[in-house]
Amino acid sequence: MTSLARIFLGLVLVFLYLPIVVMAAMGFNASPLYALPFDFSTHWYEELAGNGRLIEAGWNSIWLAVLTAVIATALGTLAALALWRRTFRGRAILRILLLPPIAIPWLITGTAMLVFFFWTGIGRGLHAMLIGHVALAIPYVVLVVGTGLQTLRADLEEAAMSLGSTPIHAFFRVTLPLLMPSIVGAALFAFAVSLDQFVISYFLSVPGMTTLPVEIYSAIRKGFTPEINAISTILLVASMIVILGFARFARPGGIGERS
Amino acid sequence: MPPEVGAAGLPATRRRMPPWLATAALLLPSYAWLTLAVLLPLTAMFVFSFLHATPLGNKPVVWTLEQYRAFHDQPYLLGVAWTSLAIGLWTTGICAVVGFAAALALVRATAGRTRETLLILVLLPFWTNGLVRVFSWTMVIREGGFLDVFVRWFWPSAPSLGFLYTTPAIVLGLVHGYLPYMVLTCYIALLSIDDAVIEAAQSLGARWWTVLFKILVPLAAPGLVTGAILIFVPVIGAFMEPRILGGRVGVTMGTVIEDQFTQAFNWPLGSALAFTMLAVVLAVFATFSGVLRRSAAT
Repeated sequence: MTSLARIFLGLVLVFLYLPIVVMAAMGFNASPLYALPFDFSTHWYEELAGNGRLIEAGWNSIWLAVLTAVIATALGTLAALALWRRTFRGRAILRILLLPPIAIPWLITGTAMLVFFFWTGIGRGLHAMLIGHVALAIPYVVLVVGTGLQTLRADLEEAAMSLGSTPIHAFFRVTLPLLMPSIVGAALFAFAVSLDQFVISYFLSVPGMTTLPVEIYSAIRKGFTPEINAISTILLVASMIVILGFARFARPGGIGERS
Repeated sequence: MPPEVGAAGLPATRRRMPPWLATAALLLPSYAWLTLAVLLPLTAMFVFSFLHATPLGNKPVVWTLEQYRAFHDQPYLLGVAWTSLAIGLWTTGICAVVGFAAALALVRATAGRTRETLLILVLLPFWTNGLVRVFSWTMVIREGGFLDVFVRWFWPSAPSLGFLYTTPAIVLGLVHGYLPYMVLTCYIALLSIDDAVIEAAQSLGARWWTVLFKILVPLAAPGLVTGAILIFVPVIGAFMEPRILGGRVGVTMGTVIEDQFTQAFNWPLGSALAFTMLAVVLAVFATFSGVLRRSAAT
């Protein structure tokens, strides 16, 4: 039974990684038409180095994701503290109001933003994308941090206060350190939501102010070149390094594992 | 902020903000942002859906309900809606079965560092670009693509198995994109099940399918439902995957709505179709709200 389960897990991983491996391999294949047999070449990476448009879009994506993660984690953590640690009227409704950005297909949210930003003069571009990405990420942050708060016993904080700690002191010395794995997890989630976000960015982009996914989409529709594989591989390796680094320091369920 | 040291003897309540003000201060930034970026746009879009034409230039504003008659006036939309729904259900169903099984295998057949590593490996593709993954599939499943090359390695005269530009191709791409969600939500739900419950069942003579369907699936139902919703909702509005993997057969509600905003420039019709889709999404939520409330309560 156990070995069967492991074989199944292996197959799932093969399924998940097959296209990624193909994508990375084709970035090193000389044929511009993705033809086989494989012929190793770094030609497409050299081409990429001269493609200012793609590189700029790549930087836009990274900056947008970093800003989104910082803003959404800060705002979302505050909201989670209120929603899970305080009782007040309307709490249930406020929790439900977190759902629209998650629950409504991005296509609808994205087109609604397009209509509204156009109409109010906010316009399109990277600033509009930031507004959109943060709004998408906030509910995820609130839910991840809220789940962390749920598993965190409130009486630890109360114990600290009954031993003479002020609420603020108790928060920074007791709650925040214990909550850190959740907050880091939430920030990662927000980063990923923004980096992979295509739909909202697509509707809010203007030529010259795009993100990598939008550039890639227009490249696919015009005719894909292995340069796209090359930049995707770079981005992939970079984000894998970031995430594996975080996984090392902020283990899932890492509360209490670090002494 | 007054210094924290030496504050121990003072009654804490006198130095605190009124509780309602503190609560409001914590909540305001997030909810103000959500209002500006999501709630107001949706309201504006709802208003737009009652217009006769996109209000640009000096065109007079004419209010009408005609956009909501689209399914009646253009019957082909019914077929498109059905395709979208079928793609959504197939994708969610396959993800549920495969994702639950993978999560179960992770929880029951692995432990410690191996389990952590495997979980990270399953979730990592989520961090890679969805578009590129979808395009990679076109290299695999097209005629003469990787799949064919692989099969002909063993059976040189095999017929082409390529199925690019079909509905199954769209489902395949979507399953690939959204499977990690289901593995994660089921994993979290399964992890919280007490081993003692399963052992008790087994010591009382329960067979594996009894354990699976009477204990594991019901106890992990919140995870399954959360995963299903996280998948079904974006899939029903997908337009990029159908365009790339579906080619000419890839006409879904998503692509029709996208066209109204980017090609046809008929914002009122696009808005009305989007709100019709929203009604379907809300119906899905209403159907499963019981399970969701149970999971939110615990």
